[in-house]
Amino acid sequence: MATSWPDAICAHFRRVGIRQVGYVPDAGHSRLIALCQKDPQIIDVVLTTEEEGVGLVAGAALGGQHAALLMQSSGVGNCVNMFSLLRNCGFPCIVLVTMRGEFGEFNPWQVPMGAITEEVLRLCGFLTYRVESADAVDEIVGAGCDMAFTGNLAVAILLSQRLIGPKQWTR
Amino acid sequence: MLDRREFVQRLLVDRGDLLVVPGLGSATYDVAAAGDHPLNFYLWGAMGGTAMIALGLALARPDRRVVAIPGDGDMLMGLGSLATIGVKQPKNLVVVVLDNARYGETGMQPSHTDAGVDFERVALACRFRQACTVTRIEEVAESRKSLHTGEGPILINAKIKPEDVPRVLPLRDGHAIKQRFIAALNVA
Repeated sequence: MATSWPDAICAHFRRVGIRQVGYVPDAGHSRLIALCQKDPQIIDVVLTTEEEGVGLVAGAALGGQHAALLMQSSGVGNCVNMFSLLRNCGFPCIVLVTMRGEFGEFNPWQVPMGAITEEVLRLCGFLTYRVESADAVDEIVGAGCDMAFTGNLAVAILLSQRLIGPKQWTR
Repeated sequence: MLDRREFVQRLLVDRGDLLVVPGLGSATYDVAAAGDHPLNFYLWGAMGGTAMIALGLALARPDRRVVAIPGDGDMLMGLGSLATIGVKQPKNLVVVVLDNARYGETGMQPSHTDAGVDFERVALACRFRQACTVTRIEEVAESRKSLHTGEGPILINAKIKPEDVPRVLPLRDGHAIKQRFIAALNVA
């Protein structure tokens, strides 16, 4: 069985030695979250808001551990001022963003934040890379993780809604 | 009510290998006034993030004691982080809130705690193992003991007088504060 794209991401987390993963529960990230939860190397930290995860990443780095954040595009908006912590201190950070408000989105309330997510991340000092297809995940996430942790950089990977699939909306 | 400088100074006396994360504003000045130390991660911004930075650090270094020292405004902005800490149950983490029920940096406007919002009860509701409110300086020895040996997560709400004290300004360059902290932690 071919490995799925969340498995490819988790393999890079293991390869670069990520030890803490912060997240708010998310459908698009559900498999990756489950993989992190059962990985004995990883401490998974469920957050009340994505903003908390920025502090978590900084604290982990102070303690000598690499950390990653998983969030939806809406969560990026919750982090904006806290991202200044990364930039002020040069903390490495890898953020995996599942996109909402684009391809096939059923909920117009997701569109305003989804439409500006990449631009907001760039304004906050992130390098951003978009992934449109499952076969590109391995290469882009691998490069992103390496850049973050070898260069103390903030890197965000945007996983497009076309890759994840639109949220299933029944009834 | 407590004199903030005296309380923090006595709380951190003979601190050993304690890792300290003070929140922006007066908390950072109080910790600096108690004596500069490379294992202080001074915050000058990131309001609401103090307790979470301390959580990331406590999870990364379960062999060390970690204390977050936010002011009440900072703690209110990151109130959800108490719930997140409650889920993870770090045994080595203590949160000491310096609660003067005021926003000191912006003109001493009353905070939610002035209206009776109570961190001790919030922390207990968030599954902190211990929480208390300290109002008398005679209690500082017990607080200090909690920092060094208490089973966390612990929250100590220190009721301090709403007074202006002279600013004591530590390092402000974030990269320098981070690198100094990491270097000291790696040798200690």
